[in-house]
Amino acid sequence: MLKLHYNLEKISMGLVAAIILAASVGGIVEIAPLFTIDETVELPDDLRPHTPLELAGREIYIREGCYACHSQMVRSLADELDRYGPYSLASESAYDHPMLWGSKRTGPDLARLGEKYSDAWHVAHLINPRDVVPASIMPSYPWLTRSLDTELLSPSLATLARLGVPYDEAMIAAADADAAAQSRPDSDAMDGFIERYGERPAARDFDGDPSRLTEMDAVVAYLQSLGTLTDAPYQILTEGGQ
Amino acid sequence: MTASLTVAERRIGLLISILLALMGLVMAAAAGHGVMSLHGFMALALGLGLAFILGGSLYEAEAPADRLSRYYDAPTRFGISMTLIWAMIGMAVGVWVAALLYWPEGTPAWPATSFGRLRPVHTTGIIFGFGGNALIATSFHVLQRTSRARLADSVSPWAVLIGYNLFCVWAVTGYMLGSTQSKEYAEAEWYADIWLVVIWVTYFVLYLRTLARRNEPHIYVANWYYLAFILVVAMLHIVNNLALPVQWTSAESFPIWAGVQDAMVQWWYGHNAVAFFLTSGFLGMLYYFLPVRSGRPIWSYRLSIVSFWGIVFFYIWVGSHHLHYTALPFWAQTLGMTFSIMLLVPSWASAGNAIATLNGAWHKVRDDATLRFMFVAAVFYGLSTFEGSFLAIRPVNSLSHYTDWTVGHVHSGTLGWVAMIVFGAIYTIVPQLSGKTDMASATAVEWHFWLAVSGTLIYVISMWNAGITQGLMWRAYEENGALSYSFVESVEAMAPYYLLRTIGGGLFLAGAVICAWNCRVTMRRAVGHATDRPLVAQPAE
Repeated sequence: MLKLHYNLEKISMGLVAAIILAASVGGIVEIAPLFTIDETVELPDDLRPHTPLELAGREIYIREGCYACHSQMVRSLADELDRYGPYSLASESAYDHPMLWGSKRTGPDLARLGEKYSDAWHVAHLINPRDVVPASIMPSYPWLTRSLDTELLSPSLATLARLGVPYDEAMIAAADADAAAQSRPDSDAMDGFIERYGERPAARDFDGDPSRLTEMDAVVAYLQSLGTLTDAPYQILTEGGQ
Repeated sequence: MTASLTVAERRIGLLISILLALMGLVMAAAAGHGVMSLHGFMALALGLGLAFILGGSLYEAEAPADRLSRYYDAPTRFGISMTLIWAMIGMAVGVWVAALLYWPEGTPAWPATSFGRLRPVHTTGIIFGFGGNALIATSFHVLQRTSRARLADSVSPWAVLIGYNLFCVWAVTGYMLGSTQSKEYAEAEWYADIWLVVIWVTYFVLYLRTLARRNEPHIYVANWYYLAFILVVAMLHIVNNLALPVQWTSAESFPIWAGVQDAMVQWWYGHNAVAFFLTSGFLGMLYYFLPVRSGRPIWSYRLSIVSFWGIVFFYIWVGSHHLHYTALPFWAQTLGMTFSIMLLVPSWASAGNAIATLNGAWHKVRDDATLRFMFVAAVFYGLSTFEGSFLAIRPVNSLSHYTDWTVGHVHSGTLGWVAMIVFGAIYTIVPQLSGKTDMASATAVEWHFWLAVSGTLIYVISMWNAGITQGLMWRAYEENGALSYSFVESVEAMAPYYLLRTIGGGLFLAGAVICAWNCRVTMRRAVGHATDRPLVAQPAE
């Protein structure tokens, strides 16, 4: 064995090949089956993708690095179920490119945040967290009151559709209008929004300023959607309790 | 730079610089506005700047005729300078973001300087800027010495170093302007990722071509580690960063992976960035500079073989220990945990081999601060790999995960091991390349050593306390079955630890600034070349 290695050390391409081989095994064994074993992700029937406005909010969440301090993954531990709610299922992030499970909780987990607080609370909290939580160490985001740039919304939906997220042609074409409609439910465009996304996504004037579509609208819409894309985790918990 | 190149090489360099400028122009024009356009202009400016320098030197004196009988050290010197510049940037931003957790208002109310955008500037500045430049620079030095051959050509080392630093600058400025794909330690957007692949292939080809010219029959163990670093980082980088751009003319993209598969790919990448970026290459450094500085051969050749292949094979499996109790299938978590524990064997074999090498040279460890840096690095390597295996055990992880314990663990590795071995290598290399035997100030090296050690200890111990306190507070129950603490109470409990870790980080930064100053003075007083030479004269090209 030592003799074999003694010779291997003299051949650079031999070393290269051996390194690639040794370093490939683990990744292949752990990653490939995640695509082939059906139980890995069991898509519930009621799972919906994000609306264009929520997707825009998600992109802002990523842009500001929120994931560095907030996880979106409730682990199957008793205290986490009591603190946050039902544990997270793989299916809940099946349409998330990328996933935002996070790795650190400088702030609390957000997987079950949707509809826990009012829109007004979120707006005040994002503009200055210490106005509503005096001991908070979260940064302020006063610039979120600027107008939302919707230029890339339609191509973003198209890109995600290519990656397998169920957005159809009509959704891609109407992305801008749907983003505006979701924050102005009394407008005429609302009918089209409901036709494409149904009654389930919350449609409200999220930032309290009906005259403009802002980044705040998008972020609050996204935060209010967390944990509401499917009922499956809540159902599993109730079934388990019975 | 130009004086060490022949006129023909300067022409090739000029051509490459013009191509870089053209690429920048196309990027800037196609994107029109936004981050990608700004990055295009950066490439354009860099290309034009290099073209002016190289064009202006076309009619200057030819490179000295005896250059091929010496090692090519000019790129290493440049790489060391970039290492120290990135160390100061990355650590200063690190201290800043640490302070923000104690004092959240301590930053201007601009988007570019908010915590969430500065944090990846810190991680990328340190891992890629500081660590990456140190790895590339020392690899050029070690590769030539252990092969007894000059670098295979004179243009590609510059292309690798300058191109790599362009990637780093693109990455950190992108984050500040809000351009990120959010994957930890792989936040840079798609065009920067493609650029890094081009640079990496150039680096790999240069490495193999130089190895092919070696005048030693055997490839020394340090080179195995550098090779593993180059190869596996390429593999990880490409797979984890596969993404579909929203448009070819904008920075935004969506990773092709989603949900649970994305989580597994991300932590397969994330933990092996620790393994093959922050461990493998630095073990290469250790295996060369520790014997050189202590004047003792590596204690056991067999042990180095076992630990090398152990690390290459086992490490790849362990990433899933970042996902205990999550929606990742249980079998994958268990595999990650099992291999994490097995990994302790090759890790401690390396650390033990390094410490046993110092047997017979302990008086040097006592007297020589440079060797002491390397000794402390080996000790922290042993400690943090033990901690890593321990934290990967499922029930331990249920307490430690998501807390500052993880942050403490990472910093015991990065401050205590990675940065210490880099400083040991720098203090060995800089005088040697300046034609001297010692650094300009030996006292400054001592000061740096004690600042670094005390900073690391303060940082790591305060984060241990912070993490364990957090973990225990989150899971504490009252007798009536209610949770004892609200989340924000656990945040308030962190304040003293966050203050302490900022002070620890500040001490470490102060040491790095002293090091940069000391290196600058030593390099400015340089007299000629490194005195060591290739064994065999190289044939003329």
